[in-house]
Amino acid sequence: MAVPSYATRLERVWHYTYLVLCGLIFFFLIAPIVVIIPLSFNTEPYFTFTEKMLSFDPEGYSMRWYDSLLTFGMSAPDGPRDASWWADSWANAKWVKAAKNSIIIGVFSTLLATSLGTLAALGLSRPEMPFRRAIMAILISPMIVPLIITATGMFFFYSNPCELLGLIGLPTDCGRLAGTYLGVILAHATLGIPFVIITVTATLVGFDQSLNRAAASLGANPRTTFFRVTMPLILPGVISGALFAFVTSFDEVVAVLFIAGPEQQTIPRQMWNGIREQISPAILAVATLLVLFSIALLTTVELLRRRSERIRGLTPQ
Amino acid sequence: MAHASDPQAATSAAAAPDGPLTTADGKPLAWSLARSQARARRRAFFLVLPLLAFILITFVVPIGQMLQRSFYNDGFSANMPEISQWFAENPRGTEPNDAAWTALANDLLASAEERSIGVVGTRINYDVPGTRSLFTSTGRKVRRGIEPPYREALLEMDEDWADPQLWGAMRDASRPVTSNFYLAAVDRTRAEDGSIEQVEPRQRIYVMLFMRTFWLSALITFLTFALGFPIAHLLATLPMRKSNLLMILVLLPFWTSLLVRTTSWMVLLQQQGVINDILVWMGVIGGSQRLQMIYNQAGTIIAMTHILLPFMILPLYSVMRTINPSYVRAARSLGATSWTAFRRIYFPQTLPGLGAGALLVFILAVGYYITPALVGGASGQLISNLIAQHMTDTLNWSMAAALAALLLGSVLILYWLYDRLVGVDNLKLG
Repeated sequence: MAVPSYATRLERVWHYTYLVLCGLIFFFLIAPIVVIIPLSFNTEPYFTFTEKMLSFDPEGYSMRWYDSLLTFGMSAPDGPRDASWWADSWANAKWVKAAKNSIIIGVFSTLLATSLGTLAALGLSRPEMPFRRAIMAILISPMIVPLIITATGMFFFYSNPCELLGLIGLPTDCGRLAGTYLGVILAHATLGIPFVIITVTATLVGFDQSLNRAAASLGANPRTTFFRVTMPLILPGVISGALFAFVTSFDEVVAVLFIAGPEQQTIPRQMWNGIREQISPAILAVATLLVLFSIALLTTVELLRRRSERIRGLTPQ
Repeated sequence: MAHASDPQAATSAAAAPDGPLTTADGKPLAWSLARSQARARRRAFFLVLPLLAFILITFVVPIGQMLQRSFYNDGFSANMPEISQWFAENPRGTEPNDAAWTALANDLLASAEERSIGVVGTRINYDVPGTRSLFTSTGRKVRRGIEPPYREALLEMDEDWADPQLWGAMRDASRPVTSNFYLAAVDRTRAEDGSIEQVEPRQRIYVMLFMRTFWLSALITFLTFALGFPIAHLLATLPMRKSNLLMILVLLPFWTSLLVRTTSWMVLLQQQGVINDILVWMGVIGGSQRLQMIYNQAGTIIAMTHILLPFMILPLYSVMRTINPSYVRAARSLGATSWTAFRRIYFPQTLPGLGAGALLVFILAVGYYITPALVGGASGQLISNLIAQHMTDTLNWSMAAALAALLLGSVLILYWLYDRLVGVDNLKLG
């Protein structure tokens, strides 16, 4: 965007002021995320740049906070780093455990949310779908309802999921879902579903329904039509919906606080504890790793979006 | 499929031009069409059904069940049946007579034997703070033995039993269905004669907190608008290649963990943090006057504005992309100044995106919990934080449910508005 040739001097001045303002806002958006990266290599246990860091003295920088992610919570963190040390770290280090839990819970809740969500999005995008708007509003609502309300509701529900069966005279005691992996996975799937619905229906808006009819007229049954025609075309949208669902689970802390037990500590839960109790720059090391992780995800989603637009015949960018 | 029956309909119509239209197999066309449409509707619905059932079971019903606690609490009435019965038979204002004291003593004894006296005490403690221990200690004493006259016996154990406020609270709790938690959520209480009055000024926290939540959310919405509008405009008017590059600067924060961004702001804003260091180094402030920018409202506002900014930029951007630049050029060629052209031509066309972004940011801000809890201090807490406090610290679950119901009500109104104005299916992410 250039200044038009008919602009007055005042408009030119305003135009450059505007560009500077935009630069400052971009700085506001990105600086807080970037600033923690060098700080995570701080040798000293401070959250600010030391003089040694500012003068680029190598002594000011170290990997000690990254190292502490592997040792925190181990039974013998100071031993020689042989096979048993690594086994100890794998089994006991709190951040390692949290990472394992986050991945297990994230993967399973993503699978659940994506399969159910894609199926529903296919139904919702059909013109014959009854009560479309109302059902859509219900399916999106886990994203809109304040998390604390969702988590509170889940807290009671998961402590005794069969309580409602009492209304129809069935036994009301069938164990707890709170404090189990299954409980956390179900909760995270619920929270991830709106993102899958939004992304997949957006992909289906540009989907040409006559392709399905063409396949059917050539003799394909609905199953074949779905797997050979529909699925390949909407796959980019499904994958980016799945990534959204995974990130939602990977970043979720409120529901975990309310329904997870000590066995299901995830990375955000561990960060929450770290920030509230024994604040150490190890948090910054985790944060840096998470920023790198989100850069990788963002790149994937962008590539998928472009691929999806190319497949649908939109102008390549 | 409805379309598949069309050619057949055409042939049968040609064969029998006078009678009602039929399909090839002789069935009336309208009936056949309705049936195939019903089948298509059913098929579409069956695709959605598994997810709808899942969401209803894991989300809608649990929230409904939780909200039930806001007006239903049988902690007292279920464990103290005799005195509840006496309250039901005698109108408000009746002095407790011998029958009442006997019922109370019997219930206390039974409840202490059942070990439910703690639940009973907790229920009354919500209305009259400090009475939980009265119930538990009296429970211990009556189990050692209690003789009539019960009034004197109980008063000897603890003279607080004569307190009319306590009897009023027990009367309120004697019915499981109550509006007391909603009254408390708007800083009201029931006086001894049953009328509704405001609580003491220093206990009026809930209305203030609701007002603060809405006020801070409105302020944050405005700030995201003020910061997001120029960015969205720049991105929408730059050539695709450049704007895609800059878009990454918006999407990266959007994809970065909430806790990471909150942590960053804690690092930046603390008194020994980076921003204060820079200000001291530049000589703007002295070393001893470091600014308190965190653990107060300022912390909540700054961090939440940063976190919610992409939710304003993305809808604004997608609307601005579609605005035809020749309208502004036409206005300029007709003699409008750039300000007039912006105000009368460009800005009105951005309103759909602005409405979508503002509603979304406001809805999300009203329910925020994590960020205010970490950087808000005492003055930056929102209503969500109080709900959490009632859930985990004071364990007054009915109160948490009543506050949640009020918060949920306002969010649902806004959501309904969003659906009417923008449509939930137009929600876009990235």
